[in-house]
Order: sequence, then C-alpha cells, then structure tokens
Amino acid sequence: MNSIHVDAIVQGVADLCIEANCCLGDDVVRALRDAFAKETSALGRNALEQILENADIARREGLPICQDTGLAVFFVEIGQDVVVEGGELEEALHEGVRRGYHQGFLRQSVVDDPFLRRNTGDNTPAVIHMTVCGGSALKITIAPKGAGSENMSALKMLSPSDGIEGVLEFVVETVNKAGGNPCPPVIIGVGVGGTMEKACLLAKKALLRDVGQAHPEPRLAEIENELLSRVNRLGIGPAGYGGIVTALAVHLEVFPTHIAMLPVAVNINCHAARHRTLIL
Amino acid sequence: MSVRMALPPDPVDLAPLRAGDKVLLNGSVYTARDAAHQKIAAALERGDTLPFDPHGQVIYYTGPTPAGITPAGSQRIIGSAGPTTSGRMDVYTPALLQAGLAAMIGKGQRRPEVVEAIRTHQAVYFAAVGGTGALLAQKIVSAEVVAYPELGPEAVHRLCIEDFPAVVAVDCHGNDLYELGRRLFEVRDL
Repeated sequence: MNSIHVDAIVQGVADLCIEANCCLGDDVVRALRDAFAKETSALGRNALEQILENADIARREGLPICQDTGLAVFFVEIGQDVVVEGGELEEALHEGVRRGYHQGFLRQSVVDDPFLRRNTGDNTPAVIHMTVCGGSALKITIAPKGAGSENMSALKMLSPSDGIEGVLEFVVETVNKAGGNPCPPVIIGVGVGGTMEKACLLAKKALLRDVGQAHPEPRLAEIENELLSRVNRLGIGPAGYGGIVTALAVHLEVFPTHIAMLPVAVNINCHAARHRTLIL
Repeated sequence: MSVRMALPPDPVDLAPLRAGDKVLLNGSVYTARDAAHQKIAAALERGDTLPFDPHGQVIYYTGPTPAGITPAGSQRIIGSAGPTTSGRMDVYTPALLQAGLAAMIGKGQRRPEVVEAIRTHQAVYFAAVGGTGALLAQKIVSAEVVAYPELGPEAVHRLCIEDFPAVVAVDCHGNDLYELGRRLFEVRDL
C-alpha cells in the first residue's frame, strides 16, 4: 500500500506545470538541431535558429517557451494499491494547475463554457485521462496543449476497404491543410483503431513518446517512416516559410477495432512539444 | 540581411517590401486577438469610438503570459509574447484594413479575401515564428494595457518593440510567402 497525501500531489503538479512550460525536453531540442542540420531553406533555417534560441532563453529566464501555455492535459496511471489521503485526486490535479499556472506566471487560457466563453482565471479545469493499473505507484504526466496545433487536428472514420493507403492519405491531407498554422516543424500523433474517442486518445498518447522514438513493432515503424517522408515532401517547412522539414516525427499507435471500422485520428503538436512526468 | 523598419510604418517604406524579405521591426504596435477583434469589429460596425485609431497602425496578434519576475528578482516588462494564428482574425481583417490598418504581425496563412484586401489597401502582413514567445519578449521594451483589461491575456496592449524579427508574409502586391515558400520545396512525385 502506498499512501500519498494530496498536498504532495498538488505541489508536484504545480512544479510539473512550470517545468513543462519553461524547459523544452532534450529529445525535442535534439530533433530541432537535427532539423537545422538537414534543412536547406534559408528562411526555414532562420526559423529553426530562432526556435532553438527561444528554448535557451526560456530555460535560462524561467519564461514560458510559448505564450500559449495551453490547456493542462493529464494522463494519470494510478496503481490499485495507492491510497490518496487528505482529499480527492482529481481536485488535487486541478489545484496543482491553479497553483502552478499562478506561481509560474503562465497564461490563463481556459474559458468556462464553449459558448459563453468567460475566462475561468486559473486555467482550470484540466482535461484528465485516468487509468487504474496494477502496483502501488501514481504516475502523473502533464502535456499542456496549445490551440494553434490542436485546432489543426482531425478525425476520420474510414472504411476497412480504405486500408493503409487511406490512412496515409488522410494524415498527409490533414497536415497539408494545416500548412503553417500549427507551428511546424510539428510532431504528428496518429491513432488508428478502437472507436472514435479511442482513436483520438491513441493519437494524443502517441505524442508523449520521446520525439522520433520509433514504434517497437517494425511494420508500424515502417508506416511512421513512410508518413514522415510523405509529409516532408509537402514543402511547408519550418514556420510554414517553405522547406524540407515540416515534421520532426510521426508517432503511430494502434488498437483492435470493429469488423466494420477504421477510425483514424491525427493530433498535431507544435515544435514546442511539452510534457513532464512525476511518479509518486 | 534584414531590413530595419520603423513603426507605425511610412507607406513609402512598406511599398518595396516583398514576400520572404526579413525585417527587424522598431516602434509601436497594438496587440489584439480573438476577443478584442470581436469587440473592435462590433464597435466599428456601430460607429462607436475604438480603443485606438487603426489608421496607419500595426496590430500584433498575441496574448502574452503575465509579466512575472526575472530569476534576479526584478519585474519583467512582459511575459512570453509570440504570435498567435492569424487565420482566426480573418473574418475581422478586411474591415480593419478598410479603416486604414497599415500592417499586421501574426503567424500562419490568411484567407484569399484577406490577401486580396491587403493588396487593395496596400498593407503588409508580417509573420513572426510561432512558438518563440520567450525570444520575442526580449524585443519588447515597453507594454501597457490600453483597452479591455477585463479580457486578461486578450486585453489590448500598446507595445514598443526593438529589432523584432519578422518576415514579410504577404506584401502589398498580394504575394504570399505561405504559398510561394511551399511551392519552392514541394516534391510532387507522390
């Protein structure tokens, strides 16, 4: 049995919010440097230089990498031998966001209702995906998600006869339509299978992988490579100014599905791919 | 090489700019994004007073993070302040150009009717690199809220910027870097 007090969760989450928003992951920095070495477009190289300099300044100055510090999205895995004391887990996550976004001078980007659109003033509520697993650990991953790239994401319910080629075409078409809007070079999360909402979750979860880490299954890694190569032939380039690096990586996740279904979700992430994990 | 541009711009300086030119912007701009545009557009339609006269001015599409404190303990001028997606402002832009807006700073492509309005009004659309808000904050030397403080990050600020890096995304002839750039690098043998 692992007893965890909500106070530890609140403070842990607050720190995660700040770290995730101000310190770009080493994997992303590496991928951006590789992109800079590869890119042949002068304006594209210039954009990548600014993106890399920005990451340095953000880390050094404790400033958010991007002013869109996002909606706080959580993936939480709670071991069945965990006991949360002193309050409720979900409320502790919201309170951590409240505290982190306030203390870290992060932007309050959440409105209370999609129609009324009044800023809630504390960046809550967060979007929480919770799963129960075996063991006694509480694993909390935050992935703050900005609107620029989220708005360019898409879902399509394909027919099984559309096959792999249908999936490839839909992903490329989605990135093509997005153009310079989602802050390329992007990372593309693709979820195939399950149901409508399962495909979307798979796509979002795919973005949590270290950038460019291939799927362990070779046949799926091959699809990732094919997608990356097709997307990078679109010419959109860094910042959309034209170039050969439109995406840093494509991450694919799959799940069993229905005999009559082939759902495909594409979740685009900007180059400021932020996520951090805490294990209690 | 980048061309240094004074803001608000002299129309004579805007005219020779071409899509893809690098510029360093110097001077004053007003921030406005979704909610402020909605309010400004409504005021324009009613003939009410605007928070600032757009004639000859520049709008920067941004919603900065709170100013905060530096690691050394001093008050910052502004938080992270990079460009937001301009396309969401497209519905409001032709009316603002009609009212004399000289230029915009944002990121991402514009609708054909906005590109056309930019050409008609001899305006310019500059792009800054999305996701570089920490870098761009270093180029902002003063910031004050001039309207709609109730909108929080979406309030209208007057900013003074110095050597703010941008590129010409749409020039006054309607040339569009987002089209031209990708055409140059597109590989069509899919």
